[in-house]
Amino acid sequence: MLWTDYAWPTIVIVLQIMAIIVPLLVAVAYLTYAERKVMGAMQMRQGPMTVGPFGLLQPLADGLKLLTKETIIPSGSSRLVFVLAPMMTFFLSLVAWAVIPFDDGMVLADINVGVLYLFAISSLGVYGIIMAGWASNSKYAFLGALRSAAQMVSYEVSIGLVMITVLLVVGSLNLTDVVTAERPLLIQILLLPMLVIFFVSTLAETNRHPFDLPEGESEITGGFMVEYSSMTYALFFLGEYANMILMSAMTTILFLGGWLPPFGLDIPPLNWIPGPIWFAAKIALCLFVFIWVRATLPRFRYDQLMRLGWKVFLPISLLWVVLISGLLVAFDWLPA
Amino acid sequence: MAFMDRAVRRVLLGEIAQGLALTFQYMFRPKVTLNYPYEKGPLSPRFRGEHALRRYPNGEERCIACKLCEAICPAQATTIEAEPREDGSRRTTRYDIDMTKCIYCGFCEEACPVDAIVEGPNFEFATETREELFYNKEKLLANGDRWEAQIAANIAADAPYR
Repeated sequence: MLWTDYAWPTIVIVLQIMAIIVPLLVAVAYLTYAERKVMGAMQMRQGPMTVGPFGLLQPLADGLKLLTKETIIPSGSSRLVFVLAPMMTFFLSLVAWAVIPFDDGMVLADINVGVLYLFAISSLGVYGIIMAGWASNSKYAFLGALRSAAQMVSYEVSIGLVMITVLLVVGSLNLTDVVTAERPLLIQILLLPMLVIFFVSTLAETNRHPFDLPEGESEITGGFMVEYSSMTYALFFLGEYANMILMSAMTTILFLGGWLPPFGLDIPPLNWIPGPIWFAAKIALCLFVFIWVRATLPRFRYDQLMRLGWKVFLPISLLWVVLISGLLVAFDWLPA
Repeated sequence: MAFMDRAVRRVLLGEIAQGLALTFQYMFRPKVTLNYPYEKGPLSPRFRGEHALRRYPNGEERCIACKLCEAICPAQATTIEAEPREDGSRRTTRYDIDMTKCIYCGFCEEACPVDAIVEGPNFEFATETREELFYNKEKLLANGDRWEAQIAANIAADAPYR
């Protein structure tokens, strides 16, 4: 009774969680490697080459190095919050994966408000950064945290509106339904600019180049991460990269058709490939664009960042909500 | 119209797309990296690296203790003491170079009338302690013996231009 009702389901759930988190952490490690290799190639360099064949063991070496270093907690800091902040960032970047469908029905928690859950979790991400900036009791960290808060709040508005346009078309908050729902061709074409806006907003949301003002190495040294060292720093780093993968997964689910073959081509050579592999390939494509953009664009100035968020993205995405919902009503394409 | 043109370009992210295309092309260009400890770049025969005291082919040391190098050294890194040897020739008893003071200007090499002190092609002489960089006569002569072949070749290569 106790065994079948509680213990066994718990074991199954824990194993399922492990099956998501372990590959995710490996992906994070090799994302840092891929980033250094791709950036290197774009700058006509080699990237890591010494540790292992083609430098493939470099992420392991980096991880070991960070683990063996001393964690320094500044004497002026608020100890509890200081230690809690990186944990929170890391924890939030993992928790969101619970609702991501890797294939039809291959999802840990198939809740019918998946999009809302994702949106809530990604909005909470800013708390880790604000806590870090506040608890460090350092000017640079505080400036970084302030920038991050303002930036994430601004871009969440447009992310929210983009999500609303997609949800209007799809008619469900469940992520599996978002992928499988029928979308009229005209609407798909009209959603392309939303894809661009969504992608740029996720760049800002994950504090990636060209919106990495919270880190801003050349202006505020390391932003909210200045005072962190060793494993606490590594947790921020892991959180940032896990968030990148998460945002790519969201882009894939909302716009690129999740685990389905691309362009709706459900034909023999393409649909033999299992869904999770298509899903991973699409995520990898998004991540490549993340890195590609980093290697191409210089950092935005703060006022440019705010102007883009409030005066460009917000009006366009609002207009698109009206346009798409108008079309849906006019052509009677509203989902049941 | 110019305004329209600019507006359309901006909305379609024209310049960003151009930039992205450029970095994408660069991704397939050959890499310019030199894998330093395994691969090394070429050095000029005039390269001024670690110092060495040379000998004549019969094994006699070239330095005649004229102290011109000590006199010209702008960083005052060189210290020389000398007295006549048993056979009556002038030779140094002490020839020290403080490699932490040296600015590698090459004046000592220029001043030397007998090509005794030279700056050789070696630049990989980092040490773990500061003391190891206070070179004495013994160390400098050992350097000369070690790098003689290359130093002689370099001097010969540069001779037509002097």
